[in-house]
Amino acid sequence: MISISPTYLMYYIPLIISISLVFGATRHEDTQTILKHAFYTARWITGFMAIIFVILLLINWMV
Amino acid sequence: MANSETVIQVDSQRIDLKNRSLAALLAWLLPGAGHFYQGRHTKGSLYLVCILTTWMLGFALGGGHVVYASWQPGDRRWHYILQAGVGAAALPALIQGNHMRKHTNKGITSKSYEPRWGGFMAPPHRPVIEDNTDEVSAWYATYGAGYEMGTWYTMIAGLLNILVIYDAYAGPLAVPISGRKKKDDDSDDNDDDNNASESAATGETNPEVNQ
Repeated sequence: MISISPTYLMYYIPLIISISLVFGATRHEDTQTILKHAFYTARWITGFMAIIFVILLLINWMV
Repeated sequence: MANSETVIQVDSQRIDLKNRSLAALLAWLLPGAGHFYQGRHTKGSLYLVCILTTWMLGFALGGGHVVYASWQPGDRRWHYILQAGVGAAALPALIQGNHMRKHTNKGITSKSYEPRWGGFMAPPHRPVIEDNTDEVSAWYATYGAGYEMGTWYTMIAGLLNILVIYDAYAGPLAVPISGRKKKDDDSDDNDDDNNASESAATGETNPEVNQ
């Protein structure tokens, strides 16, 4: 079903950690707030990518 | 010395941005250095670790060949513009690119060319022709998806540092306030969330507040 190795999805982990933390830190000064913002950002990006992933899988299944 | 034009208040913390231009320059040269200069050590450490780790991981994934400066026909390395966002770490590529340029005649690298520092951040030998066998295609063949991902990692690290440079220059960006967070000020459950949005609403992230 997926034409690439699932291990390639691991590339996503360091990126999501780095992007979320930096993104949160550029919007707050308090460490707890930064971590909270980073968590929300990571969750949002992951959810968005998951939706796109499912849509692409469906298209692949239909075509 | 602190003055009202450089002092801002964010998340109930008072921050002296000091010399903003110097902080921005330092932030570009080394991610987090601008924040260390301003005494914001936690954020400085976070930026240093996150951005440099991402950049170096990408560099390693691509076998050390993903960061190079070239603007030759067939090999216009626009990625470098973003990769250079991390500052000093990407600067050797400029020296290597200039060295290669001096040894390139009519789009072909001269046989006497020897890259500096064992080829560290050196551009590929010319000519580089799309859909043809050359040094770039050899790198792709050797490192596979790692070459592609390494390019992305280094570009994203450079882009993230642009946000960091802005943070060093002007302080944290304002947090957008969603309607969902605004409506229940009295709710105990959302007290923490509201603190973040309230600070943005009162303009605490804005340097003009204290002027």
